[in-house]
Amino acid sequence: MNKSMILPADAAARAPAPPGRRRANRVLSRLRRDKTTVAAMAVFLLIVALAIFAPLVTGGEPYAGSALERLKPIGTPGHPLGTDELGRDMWTRLVYGARLSLISGAAPVLIALLLGGGLGVVAGYAGGRVNTLIMRTMDIFYAFPAVLLAIAVCAVMGPGLASTIIALGIVFIPSLVRVTETATTRIRSMDYIEAARCSGVNDLQIIVHQVAPNILGPVLVYAASLASLSIILAAGLSFLGLGMPPPNADWGQMLNSLRQAIYVQPWLAALPGMMIFITSACFNLMSDGLRAAMDVQDG
Amino acid sequence: MADGALASPAAADPRDRGGPQQPLLIVNGLKKHFPIRSGVMGQRTGTVHAVDGVSFQVRKGEVLGVVGESGCGKSTMARLLMQILKADEQELIFDGDPLGPRGISVAELRRQMQMVFQDSHASLNPRMTIADCIGFAPRMRGEPRRKVAARVDSLLERVGLAPAQYAHRYPHEMSGGQRQRINIARALALEPRLVILDEAVSALDKSVEAQILNLLNSLKAELNLTYVFISHDLNVVEYISDRILVMYLGRVVEIGPVERVYSSPSHPYTRALLASKPSHDPRRRTLAPPITGDPPNPINPPPGCRFRARCQFAEAVCEHVLPELASVDGAGHAAACLMQQSGSGHSKAPA
Repeated sequence: MNKSMILPADAAARAPAPPGRRRANRVLSRLRRDKTTVAAMAVFLLIVALAIFAPLVTGGEPYAGSALERLKPIGTPGHPLGTDELGRDMWTRLVYGARLSLISGAAPVLIALLLGGGLGVVAGYAGGRVNTLIMRTMDIFYAFPAVLLAIAVCAVMGPGLASTIIALGIVFIPSLVRVTETATTRIRSMDYIEAARCSGVNDLQIIVHQVAPNILGPVLVYAASLASLSIILAAGLSFLGLGMPPPNADWGQMLNSLRQAIYVQPWLAALPGMMIFITSACFNLMSDGLRAAMDVQDG
Repeated sequence: MADGALASPAAADPRDRGGPQQPLLIVNGLKKHFPIRSGVMGQRTGTVHAVDGVSFQVRKGEVLGVVGESGCGKSTMARLLMQILKADEQELIFDGDPLGPRGISVAELRRQMQMVFQDSHASLNPRMTIADCIGFAPRMRGEPRRKVAARVDSLLERVGLAPAQYAHRYPHEMSGGQRQRINIARALALEPRLVILDEAVSALDKSVEAQILNLLNSLKAELNLTYVFISHDLNVVEYISDRILVMYLGRVVEIGPVERVYSSPSHPYTRALLASKPSHDPRRRTLAPPITGDPPNPINPPPGCRFRARCQFAEAVCEHVLPELASVDGAGHAAACLMQQSGSGHSKAPA
């Protein structure tokens, strides 16, 4: 409750800031104080930057191999992170792999956020039969194990980036619908929603202005944690040969092909797995920090 | 507490259609039954008679107090009037215009009729600033930003909060009394003529409650408002109301001018209710025995008078006849009790 101690003059001086930006500022300033989250963001941004500027920070040839330089250990001159079983530079492939892995981590979540979030808000706000219809349909999807469902979709559509994204999107939709629906149902019965309905404002306006800001926190946090799961599942699909086909550089697929070398160069074989771990840990830590920072009540 | 001397004449309002004699709101046969479903297939196993055929009128410029025990249907009635809950049966006439396709629309009704909720915390969106909360409805109805901002400032001033200091705060940064002032300001943002106050001061402590009551009185005079004031606090209702409506298990048992009902209650329930009101004066202790027992279950109530299980005057006839409201003195005081109705068959009925 530190805000109530603000002097009138101070409050008046701050007044002109538009409310939306003020809220964003508050979240940002609180995020900045959270050292774990700042560290996770720094590492994540580094990975993103490496992925974007991949041709600049590497030799730019992730597919170029040399039969003479196969499975060189970490620290070999010219190959700081060694080479894989076909003699391709690991550093280059890991950096290029970040591109595909980040896309397959973020894109399915964005798809699920749009479709699942939309369905969840509609189900939660409408209630009654609409809710039953949407939620029971989602229960059918829940009946399949997530990985199995993703494998089935990928198997039908054939391997590739697009089918990975679509398959994982479908896998994530039911759980996002559930989270959004639960949050919306809780908000819908609040007096302030009734008050808004009393004032003759239409349902879409109420959803956009009154419901959405209140459910955005939990839903975004959940989506961020799904992103780490998405990277792992995408890696899993590649590992099974249903994701990105070789010779594409993709962490899951690299893990798969280096698996045979695990007795020869165990550290080398572990590198793609470590990248998956670091990236998904960053997503998890950032979502935790985001949840703490977006909590308005203990302002 | 009539503020007739302060209020400008009702005809000054350009929206006034029926003149001062036309009741602002006529409610006829308002009914809401909630089905109780249970079992796997959701069979209907009972019905809660929440509001069961309520009829009354609200006159222009008056404060109609609504009292009753918790669970008697007061809040359900408020939500039915606001059309947040869909009534099973209803006839609403707002200033001569019936609600429906031939008269006034729900949107137009809500523009002229607003509600203040009991829970000042739950009724404000925690992620909206005070200014956004109050200006929400006018903004969404397409009024320009600048105009709404000016309106919000003047409303904040009217409810006694300095705009520069409070407009950009969030609800959790305010006290309960301040939040209720904001709720009142929000209800007034659409310039309603009728405000329903559903236990609007019940959650506040006594000193703040008095401030809010005074604020409501002065707003009523300045803005020419009419209130339906729902409360379980008999002292507060007596203070603010012109007329009072007593509800019991979804039905009106007594209605009339507040002085008459308080001085000569005609329904045994009203009598018991008033007897339970503690006096501030220790020398005037309540001697009448308080009402005993819980109200009967509103699920599938038995036929006849709803109050008969707790009524000391109940007779055989009360089990069969559901008493309707009947005038007690010809001056707007009516009660729904067979004892007041000649020829009803009750031994205490007037000849």
